[in-house]
Amino acid sequence: MNATVTTGFEKARADGRAALVGYLPAGFPDVAGGIDALRAMVDAGCDVIEVGLPYSDPVMDGPTIQAAAQQALERGVRTADVLRTVEAVAATGTPTVVMTYWNPVERYGVPRFAADLASAGGAGLITPDLTPDSAPEWIAAADAHDLDKIFLVAPSSTDERIAMTTAACRGFVYATAVMGVTGARSTTSELAAPLVARTRALSQNGLVDLPVGVGLGVGNGAQAAEIASYADGVIVGSAFVRALLDHPDDRTAGLRALRALTEDLARGVRGG
Amino acid sequence: MSTQTGETTRYEADDQGWFGGPENGWGGRFMPEALVAALDELTAAWHDAVADPAFMAQFTAILRDYAGVPSSLYLAERLSAQVGCRVLLKREDLNHTGAHKIRNVLGQALLTKRMGKTRVIAETGAGQHGVASATAAAYFGLDCTVYMGSVDTRRQALNVARMHLLGATVVPVESGTATLKDAINEALRDWVASVDHTAYLFGTAAGPHPFPSMVRDFTRGIGDEARAQCLETYGVLPDAIAACVGGGSNAIGLFTAFLDDEDVAIYGFEPGGDGVDTPRHAATIHAGDRGVLHGARTYVLQDADGQTRDSHSISAGLDYPGVGPQHAHLSAIGRATYRPVTDDDAMRAMAMLSRTEGIIPAIETAHAIAGAMQVARELAAEKGPEATVLISLSGRGDKDMGTAIEYFGLGDVDRVTAEPVG
Repeated sequence: MNATVTTGFEKARADGRAALVGYLPAGFPDVAGGIDALRAMVDAGCDVIEVGLPYSDPVMDGPTIQAAAQQALERGVRTADVLRTVEAVAATGTPTVVMTYWNPVERYGVPRFAADLASAGGAGLITPDLTPDSAPEWIAAADAHDLDKIFLVAPSSTDERIAMTTAACRGFVYATAVMGVTGARSTTSELAAPLVARTRALSQNGLVDLPVGVGLGVGNGAQAAEIASYADGVIVGSAFVRALLDHPDDRTAGLRALRALTEDLARGVRGG
Repeated sequence: MSTQTGETTRYEADDQGWFGGPENGWGGRFMPEALVAALDELTAAWHDAVADPAFMAQFTAILRDYAGVPSSLYLAERLSAQVGCRVLLKREDLNHTGAHKIRNVLGQALLTKRMGKTRVIAETGAGQHGVASATAAAYFGLDCTVYMGSVDTRRQALNVARMHLLGATVVPVESGTATLKDAINEALRDWVASVDHTAYLFGTAAGPHPFPSMVRDFTRGIGDEARAQCLETYGVLPDAIAACVGGGSNAIGLFTAFLDDEDVAIYGFEPGGDGVDTPRHAATIHAGDRGVLHGARTYVLQDADGQTRDSHSISAGLDYPGVGPQHAHLSAIGRATYRPVTDDDAMRAMAMLSRTEGIIPAIETAHAIAGAMQVARELAAEKGPEATVLISLSGRGDKDMGTAIEYFGLGDVDRVTAEPVG
């Protein structure tokens, strides 16, 4: 049986801290380089890994992740490479999920994608443009293959939709801290804490205590510490991508920057 | 004459936006959760507005006094003589800003005012929807930002200038392929961050629910008017109707009034580019696969991994790798027939209509003319001169003169000849 992200959150909870969830798109800077980068993030303190599936039309992503995904696509990354990356990262024992826009999954075949993700050791999917009310096929496939289903809630979500979304999640629920797209921001959002509180209140009718992860705009240890004070998980993407984008011709320096950022964030989720 | 009837057809979406049901149907809503509340709010406001006679009366009055709608239904006699049966042209090219698109933007902008929002955003490919949006924003006193691929801002500089003159901000989009689909992506990114005070004036009958149905309802006056005009003048319904299909707003605007008239054959003409047996086309229904793009399940030009493929058409307004989900549904159930028309056939039709009727059509529209001429000849052979074909003349060709000059080699002062060029 694969590690579900729950094991990552439980480990953090047992330590009395928030979990650190780190994202990079697969195939960036190339497939092997992406695997090296994600493994460095695991070594330096990420509790859960998100492998992005690069997509031609990423409407929820800001310029940083767009640039990385486009670079990966231009170098010919395929869906099979994403699964290969999952396999290599999941082999470390760290729970590994795929974050993907919906069309590539539908194109691959939903049951086939779920089966291949499970056999690669993947824990589940984060689906930024698929909400539970449009996801019956994915929910059925995920349940058939014992995979986590991570849907998003937003500051604009109604109470009814938060209740509906959390009821459909397994693993954790992804709370978007801002109304906007991915990308590190200089200040944390004042919308995040109330959203987490609302999400907790509305998801307590379930059988398990669903962890709440906060993402969008988190880029350093101080911000991570602030979010860790009220959320179960801190999700970081663009800042990791930026660390690699800033060292296009020197992979060693890129990995060093990635490691330093992970350590800073890992201190952050431990309260700074 | 009332602009539109508002009558529903047997081909409506369900209340989740599915044409043909959620299991095997088309449309729906594949969107970030952050936008769902806004889409629900928009859906409720649109239902409320179209049920309000005061709103619809205001919409009709603005279309009449400001935009020149209803447009005329014109009997093209020389064209009719050429094909052997009656050809009617619904003259949307005579509307303010030169195309059917003014109907959609005035409807959506009026709704924006009703919802109390102060800013509109829009995407544009060739710039026609951008110009229409900037026009509606000026009319209603709304702030307007238009996203346009940087490839398109360069090749459609005249429309950029028009938008600037109308007071809109134009943002060149560099990401992805820097064309229409990327402009939509960027507009959606803006909308996620601005949705509390901003309305997204979507330019075609595609995208997430409620846009396919709402845009259709704001453009269906094309068909509602044409159907009444045809019955009143000729006492019959047309045997066939035809329109070009990119995203498909003028087509669905024409088709809707006739969907329940089972004897009326419905044709949509897609951009066949260099030919559908080449990679350079945008014939999404003919050559695409079922998928999800910009929030709707529809036909998509995509590769084996579900990445959106580059599309091509000589007509920037049809150059889109998706299509409105109701067209996907009408094609799948066989109620409408969609055929590709190549760049060359469209350009020949552009020149032919110009010389036969003194009407220079948009290149988008020329696809419908080319395809409908074939349909008209078939009908004339089958039913004789009393057969009637009704075509949506969706826009005028002024904006396309740059392309026409290049394609036909027009306007070269050293080559002015006694014979027409092209």
